[in-house]
Amino acid sequence: MTLYTSQRRLIVTLGVLVFAAASVGPAQEVRIGNLTGHAAAGKKEYRRFCLGCHGPDGDGLGENAQWIDPKPRDFTAAVFKCRSTPTGTLPTDDDLYHSIERGFATTNMPSWLPLTGQVRANLVAYIKTFSTRWSEGHGAPIVIPPETPHTVESILRGRALFQKMECWKCHGPAGRGDGPSAMTLTDSKDHPIMPHNFSDGSRFKCGQTNEDLYRVFMTGVDGTPMPSFADNLKPDEAWDLVHFLRTLQPLKTPEAAVWKPWFSTHANTLKPIGPETEQH
Amino acid sequence: MIKWFPMPSQGRRSTRPTIPTGRAAVTTVLVLSTLALAPPRVTGVHSARRAPPDNAAGPYAVAGLIHMARSDKAGFRADDRGIAPDYNRRYALARHSKVLIPAFARKFSLPCSACHTVWPELNSFGQRFRDNGYQLGNDRDAPIWQNPSYFPLAVRTTPQWHLERTTRQPVDAVRGDPTSGKVERTITQQGFDLSGVDFLMLGTLHKNISFGFIAAAEDGSLGVEAAYVRFDDLFNSHWANFKVGKFELDNLVSEKRGVFLSGNGGFYQNYHFAPVGDATTFGLGDNQIGAEFSGHSANSYTRYGAGIFGTTDGESGVAGGRAYDASLTFSQAFDAGSLGIQRIGAYAYVGQRPTVFETADGEPIAGTGTANKPFQRYGVAGDFFFGDLELMPLYMRAQDDAYLGTATPGDEPLPAGARAPKWNGGLLEVHYYLDQQNVLTQRSEFIRMSQQAFPSTPGNLGNIDAYSFGYRWYPMMTSRAGLAIHSEFSMAKTIGNVPLSGLGVGLPPLSQATAVWSRSLLFAVDFVF
Repeated sequence: MTLYTSQRRLIVTLGVLVFAAASVGPAQEVRIGNLTGHAAAGKKEYRRFCLGCHGPDGDGLGENAQWIDPKPRDFTAAVFKCRSTPTGTLPTDDDLYHSIERGFATTNMPSWLPLTGQVRANLVAYIKTFSTRWSEGHGAPIVIPPETPHTVESILRGRALFQKMECWKCHGPAGRGDGPSAMTLTDSKDHPIMPHNFSDGSRFKCGQTNEDLYRVFMTGVDGTPMPSFADNLKPDEAWDLVHFLRTLQPLKTPEAAVWKPWFSTHANTLKPIGPETEQH
Repeated sequence: MIKWFPMPSQGRRSTRPTIPTGRAAVTTVLVLSTLALAPPRVTGVHSARRAPPDNAAGPYAVAGLIHMARSDKAGFRADDRGIAPDYNRRYALARHSKVLIPAFARKFSLPCSACHTVWPELNSFGQRFRDNGYQLGNDRDAPIWQNPSYFPLAVRTTPQWHLERTTRQPVDAVRGDPTSGKVERTITQQGFDLSGVDFLMLGTLHKNISFGFIAAAEDGSLGVEAAYVRFDDLFNSHWANFKVGKFELDNLVSEKRGVFLSGNGGFYQNYHFAPVGDATTFGLGDNQIGAEFSGHSANSYTRYGAGIFGTTDGESGVAGGRAYDASLTFSQAFDAGSLGIQRIGAYAYVGQRPTVFETADGEPIAGTGTANKPFQRYGVAGDFFFGDLELMPLYMRAQDDAYLGTATPGDEPLPAGARAPKWNGGLLEVHYYLDQQNVLTQRSEFIRMSQQAFPSTPGNLGNIDAYSFGYRWYPMMTSRAGLAIHSEFSMAKTIGNVPLSGLGVGLPPLSQATAVWSRSLLFAVDFVF
């Protein structure tokens, strides 16, 4: 059978197009435990669950975004708050998976725990198609040392660090999120952002455990004014700070159980947190 | 004492002469004091939601307790004929038995598809949201966090065109001459119609205190479909929640969230069936008044519920007597990977109905019912996904006490040969999701009598076969409102009895051996805001 030149050209052109489509299509896969997430399948789930806020292009400009505060994540920027990896690096697939599973307290992002693990894995794979930055690979998860005992001494050291590291300037002397800088804060997109208020008992966005809180200190919350203290805090100091922050929450935490009896009899011996202390 | 009977269900209207009779004649219909105390039942969409037929019936159906002092048990029939057409009309209208709340979508900025496979059916995320008391669990669920201008109200209605055709309907042989005898004809009714309007208000009163209020309006009447308060996460545990008020039973296959709307397809036959001549007033698909203790795992894969309810089948007032019904449900879901979530569950409902009431000046006294007689409904159900294919099977085993089955007062001897009517029912509903905005639906449903109340009654009397086919297109998918273009064809075959559905004249065929087919064709615009 003889092919005319035009037919040959058509076949070649089609072949190139098919190859190109296969090369640049959302063919990413992720491995999360024993799950393999597929971006192609994730696209459908994304349309169902995520599109309204994060937008069809993953840029955080879904039709609901204008009504939401904090704003939905912009996946094209590939900057993520909750990571197990150092500041400035990409999160692991597990980080994204658990973020979807956990949701973010005090935001419009709910926990998608009822979805199957496969669906969440597919979503992770699809989310990663929005940015070419993923080609650089994710960072190495930080190592979290064993927690130190939550003693009064540890809490006092943490309190001193809270003063020294100027945490109070954003979070406020009592952790109410009302520090002098609080109203001036913006995120990487210039949206106003409020520091965490420990006193209303809200859960932390990046997890509820002490380990999760430790991780936040050491990785920072990228895209927000919350920096990483990995270069400023030793592991023991970070644990001290964790123990102190737990006492600011109106919750029955082990740290509060240790702290409250001591504080009731020693309150007068403590210098208040805040600018006055700095002046002294 | 005057003997009172619960308002017999559908079967009552077709009670046959074969059923033994022989009591003194008093044919006054005694409407319990609730008729005066409680608002009349709303017809139209209201009863459509509740479902159909039976216990909702007629202008004198209150609290499911229209009690008759009868000349004989077959005397049920004559007076009913006059009201049947109006009675039937209510469930010929598209059913809204469905609960979907765009107000939630607006509140949380989530699209319909986040909580619904296709609305109004819940997906696993929506189920958990509901189980959590309409809370996302993001520490911002309490109303104090909401914009004060937010109001948790959604409104739904369904303009439609529908055709109803019912075979073997007894009509006057000579038009306008009731003495001319009856002949059987096929009755066809069709035209533009409206379903009425549903008002859906659900939300949180406070953190971990949620509420629901659903009202349905039609033809100037307003009925309360549901009204309850739920205390969530008692003892800080998902496993302990307490709800009190009027609400849907925790049915795994929910009639309130079904995707069929027509006169024949808009409810589950199994949820409202009663044998011919049976006096039990109960529908598993009816919202009941009572209290429920329930719980669920963090992802709602494991769920249970235990409830206690009054004996009025969801009607307000305490007309039923001093007995209570009890329900128990349990289901377990499994993560089947790429197939989806598979859920299987079991349910049981055990109830009693009074058969004898105290009287004053010959009038029955509300709430004094005694001589309670039991009935049971129990079975298994499931919800299985195979990718985009969803299968929802249900099996039901049911039994009514012989007294209820034969409409005999509990303080009198049973008619000779009387026994407890028993039956089996089942359905399989299939959804195929072309995508999140298009779904093909099909349902097959069957009811088979396994034991009639009287040995002389034909074994297949009352049996039902029902089939539905539908397609719903959701042209938009936003977090503000919902719109669906609905098309459906449904049909049901009933042996020797007035169909539980459709229009027709609301009367049984002239012969017990006759199969009556009722068919619905529906095109509708189903919208909610």
